[in-house]
Amino acid sequence: MTSLLLFGAGGLFDFDATLPLMAVQVVILTFILNALFFKPVGRVVEEREDYVNTSRAEAKKKIAEVEKLESDLKNQLKEARIAAQKVILDAEEDSDNLYKEALALATSEANSSREDARREIDSQRDKALNQLKSEADNLGDLIVERLLAQK
Amino acid sequence: MGSMPFVFPFAELEVGQHLYWQFGNLRIHGQVFMTSWLLIGALLSLVVIGTKKMDRDPKGVQNLLEFLWDYIRDLARTQIGEKVYRDWMPFIGTLFLFIFVSNWGGALVPWKLIKLPSGELGAPTADINTTVALALLVSLSYFYAGLSNKGLRYFEYYVHPTPIMLPFKIVEDFTKPLSLSFRLFGNILADELVVAVLVFLVPLVLPVPVMFLGLFTSAIQALIFATLAAYYIGEAVEEHH
Repeated sequence: MTSLLLFGAGGLFDFDATLPLMAVQVVILTFILNALFFKPVGRVVEEREDYVNTSRAEAKKKIAEVEKLESDLKNQLKEARIAAQKVILDAEEDSDNLYKEALALATSEANSSREDARREIDSQRDKALNQLKSEADNLGDLIVERLLAQK
Repeated sequence: MGSMPFVFPFAELEVGQHLYWQFGNLRIHGQVFMTSWLLIGALLSLVVIGTKKMDRDPKGVQNLLEFLWDYIRDLARTQIGEKVYRDWMPFIGTLFLFIFVSNWGGALVPWKLIKLPSGELGAPTADINTTVALALLVSLSYFYAGLSNKGLRYFEYYVHPTPIMLPFKIVEDFTKPLSLSFRLFGNILADELVVAVLVFLVPLVLPVPVMFLGLFTSAIQALIFATLAAYYIGEAVEEHH
């Protein structure tokens, strides 16, 4: 009879009113911890999660905006560069044209003045030749007269 | 009394010795309630201190509490499922925290310094009444969870996937609380016994690694109990298709 008193008072498996009381105690502890721990901490953690999520979404939106602005700026820059290139080309072409025009003008002027000069020279020479010829004629006539008169 | 086979005569180790409190014809184990009240008090004061002034940028004890909360939420969510884990999180968390502080409190607090007229202070979970109470609460919870979520369709679970499973599932309803309570009780009691016996045999150095092993076991047992409780509830509320 003294061998196995596992279940009685003093035994290893001594069940008594401790069991239901402990169960009640744990249930009460559950409600207390729910009110003091799980609810308030859960609220704080979930608020923070919401805050982080919305902040992240906002940041993503902002990044997208910045990227859009950046690409816009890049496009504008590219356009401006192309416009500048075009202006430079136009200016070069203009100056080229101007140079060519000026050259042509100068050449034609030089040609015409040379032509004028030659014509002048020609006319003067003709005049001089004519004069010389008429003078020579006169002189010849004179000589002939004189020779005839001596006779 | 010569009828106490588990009262070891060495190392002041007294298994099966209790400090009885008598209320009418009800008897309770006083030492279990004394330690559990002290440990619950410590747990509650930690919670009160940590939640007194909570901020979005956590400081001090709030960090610890949030870590615990997160840990318990993950445990409940993975075992019970996204849909109803919120309802059961406080219960699972209380089981985990209560068993954890009981196990560690039993191992870390030098209860031996307090002399009792009979029995000795120790982990509340080293008393079979505590672990059976917890295990029965788990059983009630998973029945309640299944019935409240699925109504009478809960009993489809017993013939799922085939009616052959019926006897096994009925047996499971008994083995679940049995294994839950005896696993916890056995581990914690064995840990206390091993440490006590080693302290008696080799009072220096040698018990220390075993004590650390005991702390590890204690934490694991708390986790196992809470995880299994959550798993049983999850099994009960799971929808079969």
